[in-house]
Amino acid sequence: MLERAWALSPQVSIRPERFGALLYDFGTRRLSFLKDPRLLTVVERLADAPSARAACEDAGVPDAALPAFEKALDRLAETGMLQERAA
Amino acid sequence: MTKLVDHFAEGLDAPICLTWELTYACNLACSHCLSSSGRRDPRELTTAEAKAVIDELSAMQVFYVNIGGGEPTIRPDFWELVDYATANQVGVKFSTNGSRITAEVAERLAASDYVDVQISLDGATAEVNDAVRGEGSFATAIRAMDHLKAAGFRGFKISVVTTRHNVDQLDAFKAIADEYDAQLRITRLRPSGRGADVWDELHPTAEQQRQIYDWLVARGEDVLTGDSFFHLAAYGDPLPGLNLCGAGRVVCLIDPVGDVYACPFTIHEQFKAGNVRDAGGFTGVWRTSDLFLDLRQPQSGGACESCGSWDACRGGCMAAKFFTGLPLDGPDPECVHGHGEALLAGVAPGTAPRSDVDHSVPVRLRRRRPDRACDESPLAGLTL
Repeated sequence: MLERAWALSPQVSIRPERFGALLYDFGTRRLSFLKDPRLLTVVERLADAPSARAACEDAGVPDAALPAFEKALDRLAETGMLQERAA
Repeated sequence: MTKLVDHFAEGLDAPICLTWELTYACNLACSHCLSSSGRRDPRELTTAEAKAVIDELSAMQVFYVNIGGGEPTIRPDFWELVDYATANQVGVKFSTNGSRITAEVAERLAASDYVDVQISLDGATAEVNDAVRGEGSFATAIRAMDHLKAAGFRGFKISVVTTRHNVDQLDAFKAIADEYDAQLRITRLRPSGRGADVWDELHPTAEQQRQIYDWLVARGEDVLTGDSFFHLAAYGDPLPGLNLCGAGRVVCLIDPVGDVYACPFTIHEQFKAGNVRDAGGFTGVWRTSDLFLDLRQPQSGGACESCGSWDACRGGCMAAKFFTGLPLDGPDPECVHGHGEALLAGVAPGTAPRSDVDHSVPVRLRRRRPDRACDESPLAGLTL
């Protein structure tokens, strides 16, 4: 997950909130939550970063928190909200 | 860190989604109609006013609206408003009895990613359905579903209000949904609108509530509930969903004349926060109305707070309590521990509050065409 390049699905809309963000997928009509404002920054930077790891570093995610962020990104990829792209 | 549900309980700057009833006009007269619909209200929002509301929803980044009524497709500008919403990134899910879902309409719906359809069906057989929704309404809904299936619309919703007479049909509803490649949605009967008149005879018995809960737990996320059974979380495990009352916090209702209520089940002066025609528009009502700000404060659960299930059910549904005459800081009338039932016995008949908004067609006029065409639409000719 972390070494690959990703982008948000074009069918997904993001709304920033105090706790992070709300995500809505118009394709699956699924609502999801980003429960950390830093995760929102990571997701927003994915499209321009060479890898998910780079996006996390860019957003100032400390190494110790990386596993938790990887898990959250994994879940978004599983539900199709994140799509892999060529690096 | 604050839990997500606590953020929701404190309210968001914009609703996650909201219900918007476009018209009080309806060609049916369901006995449990929560908005007491029937006749169009002459004060209903104009096309321009409705578009201004959509502009606000778009600016607030409301992902989608649940459009209902009445029968929303009766409005002559219905498709214009749907197109305007989706063009402004506001998705639409609309509830319909299916009477206007022709083969042509179904084709059009199947072609859009941003429009979802919900067909109301309150019985898995014509006998059970039509007893509540009116003669012929089952056949109408099935015909609409046939059109949607033929057009290749996958995953449309079939929405069922649970009643004493259809609880035993849950498996049959699921089979119908599977047959149509549709998703089943089961919601709770509320004593709102005309629902107050039939609640005593139609609401599920205590045993049936347990049956509904067990059935839903077994189905998991495969069946939608609109979060309407969170009072049943007191049985043990919560059902999928947020399990909180979102009224005025993450959801609300805009009614056909633009009045904004805390939720679709609370059409009553006490739960009216304002009107979209007010100076600050819908945004102002959502963000600054006294009612909504109050609902976002910690709520008192009264005696419920000493109950072991308080954290699970939070006292249940505000609308269910209010319209059965129970205090808001006490148990839900359908409290799984029976506390509500005991209190209900002490409510004198006829003393529960009733909505002052009623557009029901008088009984003597039902099953006839409207006596004036403009009861359904200001633009309609008499050749209906």
